[in-house]
Amino acid sequence: MNTIYNILILFTTLFCSHPFDDGYDIGDIATDFSLENIDGSFVSLSDFKDAKGFIIVFTCNTCPYAVLYEDRIEALNKKYAHQGYPVIAIMPNNVETKPGDSMISMRERAIDKGFTFPYLIDTGQKIYPQYGATKTPHVFILESTPRGPLVRYIGAIDDNYKDASLVKTRYVEEVIESLKNGYEIKQTKTKAIGCSIKL
Amino acid sequence: MKIHFVLIAFCFLACKSEVKTKDNNAVSLPILEIHDFSGIEPYLNLDGSKTYVVNFWATWCAPCVKEIPYFEAIQANYPKHVEVILISLDFPRQYESKLKPFIQKHQLKSKVIVLDDPDMNSWIPKVNADWDGAIPVTLIYNNSERTFYNRTFTYDELETELETFLTIK
Repeated sequence: MNTIYNILILFTTLFCSHPFDDGYDIGDIATDFSLENIDGSFVSLSDFKDAKGFIIVFTCNTCPYAVLYEDRIEALNKKYAHQGYPVIAIMPNNVETKPGDSMISMRERAIDKGFTFPYLIDTGQKIYPQYGATKTPHVFILESTPRGPLVRYIGAIDDNYKDASLVKTRYVEEVIESLKNGYEIKQTKTKAIGCSIKL
Repeated sequence: MKIHFVLIAFCFLACKSEVKTKDNNAVSLPILEIHDFSGIEPYLNLDGSKTYVVNFWATWCAPCVKEIPYFEAIQANYPKHVEVILISLDFPRQYESKLKPFIQKHQLKSKVIVLDDPDMNSWIPKVNADWDGAIPVTLIYNNSERTFYNRTFTYDELETELETFLTIK
């Protein structure tokens, strides 16, 4: 009886751990990419030889949540790029569905806001499904390891989209500080409302 | 000290009169029921004879807006057995400019309630463990069944799902 019960639990766990069976989980190795930046160059993780890790942010121009986080994404890059953890922003939407997210609009937005991080376009929408991004903004923190970029965190930037001054927990900053200091990461996954990625 | 008090009193009066004017302007617009998650949670666990269809949406979310008429039609076609609850995640600054006009323009008959709770990581898992936060999502439940749908619906798809709940009951 016990064995059957255990097998059942095992099966349930197996199925539940991959509810949609796509995208990365904590501990997976992320594949590199080569995506077009707003300056016309192509950017890959491997270009950043000295990076200790990456703050990958799937974001766009048109989602109100993403817009509310623009300044905070820029602040993360200013704070952590020179410490070895640059922000790489990737725009995952289909630009035919969302013309406001076209390469030209991305470039204009980056100039207006003074973005200092690469703002890449996922042309053909091949990369975001590999990561398992489902919405904007959606953050993946990678740590550079000999095996490749290791997924250490998936989720939100902080716990208050509305007002940066009312944030209690800065999830992304806590993860980077833990990585820098070799501490255990307290929260490896968080959830937040976002705009679904447009197909 | 006295000046301070007078200033505060002035501010108070000024604020008060502003609210009043707004109210007067908004006479014809619907009144919103706004809650944090603790106020929303009871709507996810209603104990009644109906099947509840709870949809999380926002006026800025195009796929959400597209399926609103289907939820409205379900409410109209199953008035006795189904209650549709539309939980809006619109931004507070757009309640007046977007949400209220939307409800009025589309003459929404379903119950609309507003969820305003920025600490999303604290409440998203309470709605469903598999929800990562993208909208729209829909929860259908009654006393015997409960299913969470991380997807969009057409009217026929929604009705097909609903029929299983109505037969089970």
